[in-house]
Amino acid sequence: MSSDLWEVFVRPRRGLSHTHVGSVHAPDAAMALRNARDVYTRRQEGVSIWVVPAASITASSPDEKDSFFDPAADKVYRHPTFYEVPEGAEHL
Amino acid sequence: MNAQLFEVCLRIGDDALISAQRLAEWSAAAPELEEDIALSNIALDQLGVARLMLSYAGEVEGAGRDEDALAYLRDDREFRNCLLVELPNAGPAAGPHAPIDFGVTMARLLFVSTYQLLLYQSLLDSSDERLRDIAAKARKESAYHVDHATQWTIRLGDGTEESHRRMQAAVDDLWPYTHELFTGTAPSGLVPDPASLRAPWLESVTDVLTVSTLTTPPDGWAPSGGRDGRHTEHLSYLLAEMQVLRRAHPGATW
Amino acid sequence: MSGPSLSPEPQGAQSLLDQVEQAERALKEAAARDRAHGEDEQSHFDAVIGAEQKVEPRDWMPDPYRKSLIRQIAQHAHSEIIGMQPEGNWITRAPSLRRKAILLAKVQDEAGHGLYLYAAAETLGISRDELVELLLTGRQKYSSIFNYPTLTWADMGAIGWLVDGAAIVNQVPLCRSSYGPYARAMIRICKEESFHQRQGYEILYTLARGTAEQKAMAQDAVDRWWYPSLAMFGPPDARSTHTEQSMAWGIKKFSNDDLRQRFVDMCVGQAEVLGLRLPDDALRFDDARGHYDYTAPDFEELAQVIAGDGPCNRQRISHRRRAHNEGAWVREAALAHARKHA
Repeated sequence: MSSDLWEVFVRPRRGLSHTHVGSVHAPDAAMALRNARDVYTRRQEGVSIWVVPAASITASSPDEKDSFFDPAADKVYRHPTFYEVPEGAEHL
Repeated sequence: MNAQLFEVCLRIGDDALISAQRLAEWSAAAPELEEDIALSNIALDQLGVARLMLSYAGEVEGAGRDEDALAYLRDDREFRNCLLVELPNAGPAAGPHAPIDFGVTMARLLFVSTYQLLLYQSLLDSSDERLRDIAAKARKESAYHVDHATQWTIRLGDGTEESHRRMQAAVDDLWPYTHELFTGTAPSGLVPDPASLRAPWLESVTDVLTVSTLTTPPDGWAPSGGRDGRHTEHLSYLLAEMQVLRRAHPGATW
Repeated sequence: MSGPSLSPEPQGAQSLLDQVEQAERALKEAAARDRAHGEDEQSHFDAVIGAEQKVEPRDWMPDPYRKSLIRQIAQHAHSEIIGMQPEGNWITRAPSLRRKAILLAKVQDEAGHGLYLYAAAETLGISRDELVELLLTGRQKYSSIFNYPTLTWADMGAIGWLVDGAAIVNQVPLCRSSYGPYARAMIRICKEESFHQRQGYEILYTLARGTAEQKAMAQDAVDRWWYPSLAMFGPPDARSTHTEQSMAWGIKKFSNDDLRQRFVDMCVGQAEVLGLRLPDDALRFDDARGHYDYTAPDFEELAQVIAGDGPCNRQRISHRRRAHNEGAWVREAALAHARKHA
């Protein structure tokens, strides 16, 4: 169920920017935020959290041999699980 | 010693202690890893308040009992928690080996934490300075507990047909035990009159149940006795487990 | 009533934390370095490994590297999750409120560590559901140490001191893993882990200075957990199948026997401070080698436990499966709610 994977970004205090710290599973955004708070900040004060569905992230990285503009190569994780397989498509 | 203050500390501390003990049963057993972590956080918060309250109770009593002497060496007739917190996670009428039920735990957490939040909010105006201090810390944590229980009550009440049925059953089974929260006398100035908390509690809880597509049960049977040390059969089993090791080694340090 | 004696820091513990911090610094320094650029994917990958830089989720990697990492990270994650059970066994019976709180927090940390590791494994293209399935069907393993029962409160001390101690010795080198998400998860885990070993040590220190029954309880726990802890480092080097390739890829940095020896050397001094005996008459410092000679654990027994016949294997998996199955209605409800209100 890759649809329930959320990436978590935390800003530990004012003046710093948000940093990626890992991921959590949650059925929706409200639970994702609360789960991220419990898992990655243990409810410290003054911390700002962003959660983003992993599937919503568009990514690139510097050393790639793929064309920067290749639309199939812009997901955050390279490997097949994170692509949605269309109904009826077997052996993908 | 201030006997009324001692009683008040025991009520609040025992509610928190027994709540923590029941929540701890979910360790390594929750429906999802993230939930295991969340429930442990709540258990730790409740345990923290219990320790502060029981330590204070011991000071007020002035007989040399500390938090552990009170937690581990009192018999069930001396505990002052409400009946609601001591009920098994499987439900008030479940058999001894019935599996723990997440719906029961969330419904109970909704009822208890909504009450605790109102109580601690009120205690900010207590005539006793230590109660005010403890309440200031406890109140912030309580708000998280109410939020957590609310999120789950909504998702279970308005989830699948099965979750709706199970959640409604949990609410119906626990409802009679909520009335005790609002009974009893209150030494004036120290703590709010319990009856005064009922209206805001009912409004909060009813709002959540409505959004969750759950029915608020009618008021009827209202078991009580916890505040006077007359508990259900469940408490002595809980205490047996909690206290056995300490009692087996009298005087030992851990 | 006096509180528990605060034990001295177990010797060697600070140096482990220092090593974690060194690993973190090395990660940052390497990232800033120039390196050769490979012509093709394989030589590019080799150049990254060679420069001790990190492979990241979007990089090409050899399939055996990816599979080996998934296996290693997943088994580590499963170990954290299963490891919650033997210690969780004593939360409701902890003999003081302070110990109850510490133990609850420790077991909660283990859940968190499992979660960080599942998250790292997921960056390699496997889902948490698949990982749970692999654990429950026995196709992926977890550390054999968690197949032993926790029979007394003193086991909480022995597990913290010996099992977490062995885990830390294993884990610190993993902070230098060539795979970025794993290295970062390990740095986070190791920093959180240091308090666990300290707490276990403190439990035993208190028991060893307590009543005669408490001291006997502590010694009995050490007697039962010592050899299984040594076995945590795996079979002797000569018999270990994955080591060579894993070491070439920077997934595994030191051999099983190297790590086991490091652990023994640390524990001897720590045991003396505790006033408890390690159950090995052959323990003796060898001046020539500069290390302690010790009796190896029974690797045949280890093999049996790994194969499924340890005291608690069936119970541990059955507990996990039951929790998972009984929670299905909750997960389904959450999903149904999300769909209704999307």
